[in-house]
Amino acid sequence: MAHDTTVQTAGHDEHHHESPVVFGFWVYLMTDCIIFGSLFATFAVLRNQFNGGPSGHQLFEISGLAIETALLLISSITYGFGMIAAHKNEISKVIMWLGVTFLLGLGFVGLEVNEFANMIHEGAGPDRSAFLSAFFTLVATHGLHVTCGLIWIVTLIVQLMGTTAIPERMMNKLTCLSLFWHFLDIVWICVFTYVYLASMV
Amino acid sequence: MLGRLSLSAIPFDVPILVGTFAGVVIIGLAVLGLITYLGKWGYLWKEWFTSVDHKRLAVMYIVLALVALFRGFADAIMMRTQLALAYAGNPGYLPPHHYDQIFSAHGTIMIFFLAMAFMTGLFNFVVPLQIGARDVAFPFLNNLSFWMTAIAFILVNVSLFIGEFSQCGWLAYPPLSESQFSPGVGVDYYIWAIQLSGVGTLLTGVNFFVTIVKMRAPGMTWMKMPVFTWTAFCASILIMVSFPVLTVAVALLGLDRYFGMHFFTNDGGGNQMMYLNLIWAWGHPEVYILVIPAFGVFSEVVPAFSKKPLFGYGTMVYATCAIMVLSFLVWVHHFFTMGAGPDVNAFFGIATMVISIPTGVKLFNWMFTMYKGRIEYHACMYWVIGFMVTFTIGGMTGVMMAIPGADFVLHNSLFLIAHFHNVIIGGVYFGYIAGMNFWFPKVMGFKMNESWGIRAFWFWFVGFYFAFVPLYVVGFEGMTRRLNHYDNPAWYPWLLVAEVGAVLILLGIVCQLTQLYVTIRDRNLPQNRDVTGDPWNGRSLEWSTSSPPPIYNFAIVPHVHELDAFMHDKENGIDTRCAGGPYEAIHMPKNTAAGLLVGGFSLVFGFAAVWYIWWLAAIGLIGVIGTVIARSANKDIDYYIPADEVARIENEHSRKLMAQAAE
Amino acid sequence: MSEIHTSSSGESHGSVTSYVIGFVLAVILTVLAFAVVATHSLSPSGTILALSVLALVQVVVHLHYFLHMGGGSEQRWNNMCFVFTVGFVAIFIIGTLFIMNNTAIHMMSR
Repeated sequence: MAHDTTVQTAGHDEHHHESPVVFGFWVYLMTDCIIFGSLFATFAVLRNQFNGGPSGHQLFEISGLAIETALLLISSITYGFGMIAAHKNEISKVIMWLGVTFLLGLGFVGLEVNEFANMIHEGAGPDRSAFLSAFFTLVATHGLHVTCGLIWIVTLIVQLMGTTAIPERMMNKLTCLSLFWHFLDIVWICVFTYVYLASMV
Repeated sequence: MLGRLSLSAIPFDVPILVGTFAGVVIIGLAVLGLITYLGKWGYLWKEWFTSVDHKRLAVMYIVLALVALFRGFADAIMMRTQLALAYAGNPGYLPPHHYDQIFSAHGTIMIFFLAMAFMTGLFNFVVPLQIGARDVAFPFLNNLSFWMTAIAFILVNVSLFIGEFSQCGWLAYPPLSESQFSPGVGVDYYIWAIQLSGVGTLLTGVNFFVTIVKMRAPGMTWMKMPVFTWTAFCASILIMVSFPVLTVAVALLGLDRYFGMHFFTNDGGGNQMMYLNLIWAWGHPEVYILVIPAFGVFSEVVPAFSKKPLFGYGTMVYATCAIMVLSFLVWVHHFFTMGAGPDVNAFFGIATMVISIPTGVKLFNWMFTMYKGRIEYHACMYWVIGFMVTFTIGGMTGVMMAIPGADFVLHNSLFLIAHFHNVIIGGVYFGYIAGMNFWFPKVMGFKMNESWGIRAFWFWFVGFYFAFVPLYVVGFEGMTRRLNHYDNPAWYPWLLVAEVGAVLILLGIVCQLTQLYVTIRDRNLPQNRDVTGDPWNGRSLEWSTSSPPPIYNFAIVPHVHELDAFMHDKENGIDTRCAGGPYEAIHMPKNTAAGLLVGGFSLVFGFAAVWYIWWLAAIGLIGVIGTVIARSANKDIDYYIPADEVARIENEHSRKLMAQAAE
Repeated sequence: MSEIHTSSSGESHGSVTSYVIGFVLAVILTVLAFAVVATHSLSPSGTILALSVLALVQVVVHLHYFLHMGGGSEQRWNNMCFVFTVGFVAIFIIGTLFIMNNTAIHMMSR
């Protein structure tokens, strides 16, 4: 076992100086995962503290949720196509797919902001009850991450424009953003399952 | 325009603060003037502030930690003096609202800015050198981490003179810390300081984790890795796992305060017990984050000064990992009295006691390392032996409090205070100071003065017992923590003894400063120079480079054959340095001001958010995002040190080594 | 060059087919989850159980087809970090519920 690793490590070093960026970003995502885990735990503890206010059953509608979910899911595959194009070094296609992903993500954030605005307008804002505080915080944290992803996509599109090849550093950035974007989709699975659908049962 | 900020926020009516402020201004101006007079601004900027070199960052971290020590200790001795005076009708000299800020600031500063900064400094210096790497995995993030920690400390100190600091203890328990009961800016200062330094700490954790996983020298398998690196690895994992939970806990408190949410409020269905649950899911791993690296230091110091390899390397590694995992499973022991039933409390009580087993294993390992060793009583060893005695006592009182029934008596009493100071001073602080004495010649190229180091140790050691054993006693007698004044005659003499202890510790700190002064004054004496780079006949790779190491650490990345790689090479006549080459050009990261800029904008953002100056907060936030984007577009981030230059530096060191050998 | 590089740093990249397969699976699982809730075809506890299973399967689908996690030796550390994180999150969430429920019962706070 120990010998195995020696050979591997030694062989590793002689091949190339592997950039630790993608692995480091993955590790960072794991810490982000713990942030979401803590927020889910908080939501689970406070989910029945309605304080006489509305419950999730009364507030959530399944159609809006379905559209949001669809947008995010489609954006995952469009980003995937962008990555495939990037590996083939087809920059214009990468930009196109990133653009599509951006629009889908923007649609998601727009719908979410709209949903929040309606709820606040109806008097079901985050200061209404502990349940709503936990709901808004968990869902908005996800939305904020998607917004950061959108800014990141724009940044990369701008950096890609006018280039003819994708250097290693750019490829690392695209891969990191890919991990980030797909990770957010996984978080969304847990959100729509445990926050929305479970409240509608 | 200025939110909540007005001239009345400046506490002109508190003479202590005005005096301190005047002192800080005078000393600050003197330092700035001196730097200007010596024309060192460019040097500081180019070689230090913007540096991504882990060795430079290490020094800056430790300087930050020492400044935090002075601030935190000033708070401590003020508290002790207050309690030595405020007896039987005497109100003392600190009114409650000021006293409450002092104990809150003391805890916050000592943990986040003394202990964490010192630990990160040691990581930075030692880990890349021990694993044979040229830098950490993400040098720029390393610089950014430092600045986030530094500006958070600045923010805490700004609260001294503009507004106030939190009066809710170092963990700001709600509902006291909610805006209903703490409407001022104190808790907001606390929240932003914690969040901003948390970013830095989290990045440090990720950085060192990736560094250790990916950048070890060829041949250095996991079980050939030095113990300090192992402890840094485990502490990094703990940082990555626990700091996000802290971020969430404090962020939710902030949301309660800023947006009127109801996570931890009395009304609206909030649940303040959830805050305790969250904050201690961070807080317990945090104490292990601090103490595990100290264990790592002992595991390096004891073999070096016992002239023997570490006893039980494997058990040491497994014990460290066991402590790491167990530390996730014990967080309830900080709130046994919260109201959970005997099933919950029993589970967490037993899990807590289990931790003492791997910790005991470690103590025995160090003692067996010393057994039949040729022990050299160097200043480092004093701190180690002081640790062994003190930490064992602290650990045993910890096991006492791990019994839920006993905890109902001892909870929130000065017994608890005595216990955690016993493990944090006796474990963490003694360990870090031992590490500082041990690695100082490697950092600076000259040894620390020993006699002043030993004097400092004795004052600290004796002072510690004078200061904290009385607290055990009064804790048993029912004195709760955070009292501003009291009228129980049984406590009074003990608190006077504790004051004597605080003065002794003050003398210890004075000795440490003298030690630094004498060390720097005598740096050129031949007996103090570290020409070989290996002053203690060291065992691991950091001792194979020159002192201070060249910017690239290793001209040729060493190949590791055995545990204690450098000792193995020395015993087998292998030249770890591969002196004479052939050398290749070395790829290095370029210095950057981006970390400093992000830190500066974050400070602006944090300050503005504390005072509700929203336009300024927007500027800060945009500044942060803009700097990060600009940095990501910057292509000029690295350079090569030409092979000739490497050869020149290396040959010069070889010449010095030969001259030394010839003497 | 970039292809060799990215695959060696533990991120194998998928093909169009694998993305489409993952997408179709994800759509089916999502629709099933929504359908279970919308049609009220199961008892409340049965619905929660079904939702949990569907979510778990979908997370695995995403991890495999979109994040390209696999058993390759290059990915050992990626996987180890992931397992460790999931383990911690599980300890934390289960522990929190255990503690907070127990406290709520004893303190009659709910």
